[in-house]
Formats: sequence, structure tokens, C-alpha cells
Amino acid sequence: MNFDPRYSSRSFASVGTRPIRPDGVDKVTGRARYGADFNMAGQLVGRVLRSPHAHATIRKIDTSKAEKLPGVKAVITAADLPDLTDGDAAMYDILDNCMARKKALYDGHAVAAVAAVDARTATQALKLIEVDYEVLPHVTDVDEAMKHSAPVLNDSIFTEGVEEKPTKPSNVTKRSQYGHGDVREGFAQADYVVERSFKTEQTHQGYIEPHACVASVSSDGTADLWVCTQGHFVYRQHCAQLLGMEASKLRVTSSEIGGGFGGKTHVWAEPVALALSRKAGRPVKLVMTRDEVFRASGPTSATSIDVKIGARKDGTITAAEATLRYSCGPYAGMWAELGAMTAFACYKLDNVKTVGYEVLVNRPKTAAYRAPSAPMAAFAVESAVDELAKEIGMDPVEFRIRNAAQEGTRSSYGPVYGPIGIGPTLEAAKNHPHMKAPLGKNQGRGMACGFWFNFGGQTCTDLNIGMDGSVSLAVGTVDVGGSRASLSLVAAEELGIAYEQVKAVVADTSSLGYNDMTDGSRGTFSSSMATISAARNAIKVLRERAAQMWDVPVDDVVWEKGHAIAKGEKYGNLAALSLKEIAAASGKTGGPIAGHSELVADGAGVSFATHICDIEVDPETGATRVLRYTVVQDAGKAVHPTYVEGQYQGGAAQGIGWALNEEYIYAKDGRLQNAGFLDYRIPVCSDLPMIDTQILEIPNPNHPYGVRGVGETSIVPPLAAIANAVSNAAGVRMTHIPMSPPRVLAAIEAERGG
Amino acid sequence: MRYIRPLSMEDAVGQLAGSSGTAAILAGGSDLLVRMKGGFIEPDLIVDIKAIDGLGEIRETAEGFSIGAAVSCALMGESVALNREWPGVVEAAKLIGSKQVQGRCTIVGNLCNASPAADSVPALVAAAARALIIGPGGRRTVPVEAVPTGPGKTSLAKGEIIEAILLDRRAPRSGDAYLRFIPRTEMDIAVVSAGVNLTLDEQGVVKSARVSLGAVAPTVLLVEEAAEALIGRKLDEAALERLAKVCSGACRPIDDKRGTVEFRRKVAGVLARRAATTAYARAGGK
Repeated sequence: MNFDPRYSSRSFASVGTRPIRPDGVDKVTGRARYGADFNMAGQLVGRVLRSPHAHATIRKIDTSKAEKLPGVKAVITAADLPDLTDGDAAMYDILDNCMARKKALYDGHAVAAVAAVDARTATQALKLIEVDYEVLPHVTDVDEAMKHSAPVLNDSIFTEGVEEKPTKPSNVTKRSQYGHGDVREGFAQADYVVERSFKTEQTHQGYIEPHACVASVSSDGTADLWVCTQGHFVYRQHCAQLLGMEASKLRVTSSEIGGGFGGKTHVWAEPVALALSRKAGRPVKLVMTRDEVFRASGPTSATSIDVKIGARKDGTITAAEATLRYSCGPYAGMWAELGAMTAFACYKLDNVKTVGYEVLVNRPKTAAYRAPSAPMAAFAVESAVDELAKEIGMDPVEFRIRNAAQEGTRSSYGPVYGPIGIGPTLEAAKNHPHMKAPLGKNQGRGMACGFWFNFGGQTCTDLNIGMDGSVSLAVGTVDVGGSRASLSLVAAEELGIAYEQVKAVVADTSSLGYNDMTDGSRGTFSSSMATISAARNAIKVLRERAAQMWDVPVDDVVWEKGHAIAKGEKYGNLAALSLKEIAAASGKTGGPIAGHSELVADGAGVSFATHICDIEVDPETGATRVLRYTVVQDAGKAVHPTYVEGQYQGGAAQGIGWALNEEYIYAKDGRLQNAGFLDYRIPVCSDLPMIDTQILEIPNPNHPYGVRGVGETSIVPPLAAIANAVSNAAGVRMTHIPMSPPRVLAAIEAERGG
Repeated sequence: MRYIRPLSMEDAVGQLAGSSGTAAILAGGSDLLVRMKGGFIEPDLIVDIKAIDGLGEIRETAEGFSIGAAVSCALMGESVALNREWPGVVEAAKLIGSKQVQGRCTIVGNLCNASPAADSVPALVAAAARALIIGPGGRRTVPVEAVPTGPGKTSLAKGEIIEAILLDRRAPRSGDAYLRFIPRTEMDIAVVSAGVNLTLDEQGVVKSARVSLGAVAPTVLLVEEAAEALIGRKLDEAALERLAKVCSGACRPIDDKRGTVEFRRKVAGVLARRAATTAYARAGGK
């Protein structure tokens, strides 16, 4: 209701403090309930049968033996999930990914599922399902998949976005292009040009909690789903559509979440669990093993990127160009397009062109991973930027400052920037003590910048004031990083009460209006906007009730520091009414007091970061050690600075793992070789130094407090910052991520030999 | 599946020998339980040996040390005498898994799991450790390198159990060391590893040496030519270079998810050289 989201400068009482989060005690004592912690009476155990082949036609599936096994209550195949997607190609892909329909498209693709009385019976039943496969040639490498000779995954795919429609199907689903100016002219003006090619391997989000859900379908067609997700409203929409239900008949409750990072924005197991429950007539619990998590869920794209940048002697970039090829798994995506949009977003460029190619491969369906697609593009661009600075003979920070985008700059992906943080983060990095710290033998320093759009989206929040004056805040964005604490701070700020008086919960899908999922760094940005709006609506009611209690016109009542105050000399003898007093009287003044908000949170401010890191390389083994790491990032306004720092550190830690060791390794047969945390190497504690953080606050003009999303940008610079540091330490440019010891040693040996 | 917890070696051997189907011995369980949970194996009989008297002890004898089959690697780390005499063996045992795993896992389990990448095995081979085996036919002692015959395979006959690992008393001026390469700092599996065990004469010249390499062949390698490169010399640059070259040449590695052939060859030499330098210093060499 006439909510004005514009920023205005103000002082804060609660926002910016660091109280303990409301979910903290339960999490450290083990009381918190995660996806696999929900149980129901009579619940069955669900298990999924997965393709051992990278690419195969499914000729026939015989489930009769499994169905006869005592204790088996339901066996399903794609036939039990009929196609109800009505021409919606994206939903059809989700359906096909949940359960292969005609072809198994990757090692780990689900082909059938069972529900049985216990895990042992369910596992035995899987062994009794006979699948007749016709194994087809496969392709897992992004560059190989683009070749004319590559096996085509889907013969209905003709590349979109090219001038002439191709006559033959291919694995390239789409070409996209961004930029402005004339790059040919720009390169003609350059004194120096750097042109390099880079590769990055596929990584997984690596959340510690596997996908888990309990589905219970009633014989009247209504259903409940308890699930670990980043977006229970989206899961409801998708599951309802795939199972032919009305959304309101499916109630989805989100559990606590042991990490998602974009990987819990897709449904995989949930429609399968619902279909099993529907067939068995009993609740079904489906929990993925770690092996399944790696083989069938998650991963990000593997990429192959060419970059060309030219600059004048004075350090001004005259032209920048990139071609980005991103793997999508077996279904169309827009991953290369996101890479093409973000690649040069940090810079002020007259001539820029980026081209993205979406490429199908026999790997799991690519899912979002924290600022999806941006880290790989930044790795390629920021590596080339470092090389160019070196050729010109400029300090890499100075070179970036000279070319940094500013307010009013037309971004490489189109829009004109408002107030932004790239320049300030670079200046802060330049002046940071880390930049001046001495380096030892075999040690190198690297730095890099990163950008992410951020997102707002549909948001709905309820704020209810109890008769005792305590406040319940019901939000619909899943709390992935401390947002319940942040949103409680915001409610306390608006109402003028103590943080401890507010309790925030994530409401289920039947208790609140639709909310987009927690992605795009939108959780705190959008839900804080809705919370401010809801609180202001509640204050309006509180003022009305106070006016009623005093019998004065409501226009004479203002709200200050948690109290209604009657303004004017004639009210001089009226004592202020506290929120608690007004709440206590609410039963006699018109009933419960609440504030609601439904809005689309537009204007998520873009986000920039600059990272610095020091690496030591063992020149005899290629081993690397991260010695020091500093993150400088713009938060707009840090609502709860501790959790902002946590996001900065978390993104950097994941980026370090990606840069140095994490990768999907496929054998020639197209099977994943390292579907477990032993050989898919995320960093352990002792691999990481304390990650230092510096929060900058350049207010977002489109949020009342100036808040920007902070969750994703922190993973964008690390690949590049670490690659620059390793290259400086080893004396050779690293162009292939991860920089695992065998790759680093091979590069050092090649440099020595050459 | 049947689980038993015998109280004597004889009972354990009898149960194993008399069993039909697949049987597994449970000590720490850090390999067995993981493999069972992963669905890779489903033994018909599990013989838990932790209740057998004396199996959880490290005994000092006139000849040296007897480390019981149920002794955890963490317990080895706490033994002052073992640390003093065989620091290389102890550091290898204490590299396995994590702190929590080390509280459970045993070097006998590590040996019988027969992984070419086992951390404690190269150190034991370099130390000339022996395995005391008890079976239906009585007791026998074999060098530890005779136990694993290939990945996941051992020379133990049906009904046989390794009761203890035996280590000799140390001659004066002796030292051993173990190094492994992993991409992380802990919680990982060796990509390449090397164990070196040296005894010096009074002048600091290497009198005897044993050099072993892990994760570069189907079983741990005892590289005699590498030992010869050191014997009769002080640990000068030329000797170290020869050692590295011989070790790189002795490798028969494969390309796999953990490393390439080239990487393993090169790093085997580097690690052998570094382990030799440490062992030499521990032996009092200068």
C-alpha cells in the first residue's frame, strides 16, 4: 500500500548490530530438523535406480520381479509420471531429468524407483528391476560436444540465436551475444593485445546435506511434502504441475538447510517421492546418498573460454572480446549467456563483444551455483587483464582502477549503472595492508574483481503482534545464511522494539502467499523490503488503536521508538502508549494487530567485490598453499555484519576449492570417477587461512536501508585471484581450473623445458 | 549376517576357519564399515577381534615391539618408546584419515585392506616390520610386504588372522621417515608416498638402508636399488639425486583420478629425497 522503497539516509538502532541468530542454538545442539529428520507413521523408504551408462536408449524396463518382492509397496518408472507439461519445454526437461523417459542421458540418470518397508528391501528391489539399454556413443567434454563429429544428444535441437536456422541438429542449443561499440575498431587503437584460451572443469555446490524429503499423498488427492529446499513455493509449483495437482492441494514445508548454493533450486527427488507415495498410498521418505548427489544433482558448467583484450600504452582498454562455451548437461540452459553478460561487467568499455554457446553433454543437468556462470568468465577475463597490465608495465590494481565502471557507465550487458562499488572496492584493496605485506620464496600474490547482478522478485511477509507484545514474523524465503536474524533486526528497527521481542519463522506454502526462492542473493534484500513494508502497515494499525484508546484523531498520533505518541500541546498530559500496552488492549479495540506485505522487490542493486590472495607453490610437486586471503565487497548496508562476513568467507572458501582441486572426473566410458568427498576434494579446515573481510557500504538507492544482496558475488573473483597468485608464484600462466598439483607441476615443467 | 566377538585368538580362528560364505575381520572398522555402508560388500560373518585379550596393547620385548592388531593409530602416537625408536612408522600411522579415524583405525587393518596407497604400509616395509599370523595351522611370521598381493588382495589363507606387527629394537644411529603427497592438508589418500629407514656408522656414512614407495604400483614397492644408492655414502647431493632418479624409475604407476603417471614418477623421487633427508637427520647424521 503505497510503499516507498527508495533509500533515505538514517541512523539505526538494531540494524548493523550482531545478535545471536534464532536458529543458532538448535543447530549447534542437533535439535534443528533437516530434510532427513522428518518422519511419519507408516513411512516407506524410497530408492532410485540410476543409469550406469552415459547415453543409452531405454528399450524396456521390467519391474515385475521387484514388484513381487515381499515388502515392496510401489515401483515406478516414467510411465507413472505422465507428461502433463503441455508444451512447456523447461518443465518437460525437469520431468525427464527426474525420471528418464526414452533415453538415459548421463551416468546417474534416474530410470525407476521403489518404495519398500525398509532400506534393505528397497535396495534388493532395485537389483530386481531389469532395464534393457541400447548403449549409444556419448560425449562429456564441452569442446568435443561442439564438433560436427560429436554424437548428438537430442535431434530436435537446432541452434537458436544464429542468423540462419541450421539444417542439422547439434549439441549447441543457443548462441547469445552482448556488447556495444565496434571491437575491430577498438583493437586497431590498441598498443597491446592479449589473447588467451582458458578451461574450467565442472564442480558441484558441495552442500553437506544431501537432498531429502518425505512425501505423503492422501487418497483424497491432497498432499504434504517436507523437504530441504531453497524455495518451497517453487517446489510446490513444479511438483503440482508435474503430478497434475492444484497447487493449493500440495502443502510444502521447508526444513533447515545444510547448504544449497543454488543446487537446491531444482526438483529431482520430490516428484518421484510424491509419485511413489501416490502409488503406495503411504508416506515415502527419499534421501539421496552422496554418490547420487554427485551423479545426479547439482553441478555447474564446465567451460572453454577465449578472451581478447587490447589497451593503449596509457592503460586504457580499447576493446574487449570473449567467446564462452558452457556445458549444460543434457538439457538446454542459459549458462553461457550469464557468462557472456557478466564477463566484462566490472569495466568501462567503449567496444565490447561477448558471445555465449550453450552446449549439451552427457553429464548431469547443470544447476545454479552461487553467481552461476560468473566465476568462470571472471577467471578468464581477470587472468587476461593481469597479463595485459603486465605487458603494459602497470600495477594490476592501478590498471583496473583506470578502467573500472562508474555510476553512469553503460555496462557490457546493457543497463546503465547507478551508484556502484567496483571503484571503491579496488581503492580499498589498493590501500589494504595485505597489498603491502612481504612475500617469501615461491610465493605469489594475485587479485581479481567480480560482479553479480542480484535479484529481487516476488515476496510475501506477515508480521503478527501477539497480545503480550511479542512479534511473530512469517517469511517465505528460506533462510540459507542467517536471514531470520537479519529480518528480525529489520522488524525491530521499524517497530522500535528489541530484537529479542521478534521471532522469525519460515512459513509453509499454505500459510503465506507465493515467494520466489532464495536465489540471486535475494533472501535478505527482498524479505527485508517486505518486512519493512509489513511493519509499516502494522504501525498504521497500532496508531489507529492508540487513537481509539485515547479517543483522538489518528492523524495526531505518531510512532516513535516503539511507542504511540499523541502530537500537539493539547495532548501534553497523555503518556505514550507502548506497543505492549496497545497489544494488550487489542481484544477490545478491534482484534489482532498485524501487518502484511505483498510486493515485487525491484531494484536489487548490483554487487562488486575485489579479492586479494597469497599462494605458495612447491615447485617440485605443484602443491599449493593459500597463505592469506582478503575479501573486499560492497554490501549496500550490512544488516547483520557477522552474517555478511560469513557470506564473504563462504564464497571465498568455495572459490578456493574450485580453483585448486574440485572437479568432476569422467572416464572414457562416460562414468563419473569421483562421486564422493574423498576424491572430489572440497577444502578441509586446515587447507584454509582465516579469510579476512572488509565490508563497504554504498547504499542501494532502491531499498529503504540501502541493502544489496551479498550472498553470491564472493565466489566470483576467487578463481581468477588464485590463478593470478599461482601464476605469479610459479612463474607460468595457469589457464586450466582446477590448478591441481599435477596440472601446476606439468605447467612448471613445460615452462622449464621450453 | 552374523556378528561375533570372540574372547580368544583360538576361538576367532576357529570361527573364521569354520565359516561358510564371506567373512570379515573387524578391528577399527574404518575400512570395513565404510565399504558395508557404501553397499560394496555384505559379509556373512563379522569377527570383531577387539575383545581378545592383549590385542589392544603395544608390548616392548627384548627383541623390540609387538603392536597388537586392535591397537589404534592414535594409541601408537601416544607411545613414547615407539615414537623414540620408530618415528617414521608412527608419523605414517598418524596420517591416516582424521583425528576421529585415527582413534579407531589400526595398522593391521591398513595392511590387510591391501590398498597400494595405504599410508602405514610403506613405513612398515621400510622398517622391515614383520606380521605375526595365527591360523588353523599355528603361528607364522612373514615380512609385511608379503601380506598384500594386489589391490584388495592378501596372502592370508582362510582362517588366518594377523595377531600383531613386530618391529625390531633399533641399532644406534638409526632413523626412519615417511612422507606422502596429498592435494589437501589432511583427510586424504596418498597420491604417492615414500618411506626411508637408515642406520649410520660413527662417521655418518649410511651403513644400511631400506626405501619403499607407495601408490605407484599394485603393491608397495621395496626399492633395493634406491637403498644401494645411499649405502656407503653420506647423504650428499649426488646420493640424493641418484636416489630420486632410481625411485622415479622404479615406479609402475597408472593415470587415475588422483594423479598422472608423470606426476607420480616425478613426485616419488622428490618425496624419497625429502624422507631420506629427515631420516638421516633423525639418525644423527649431519
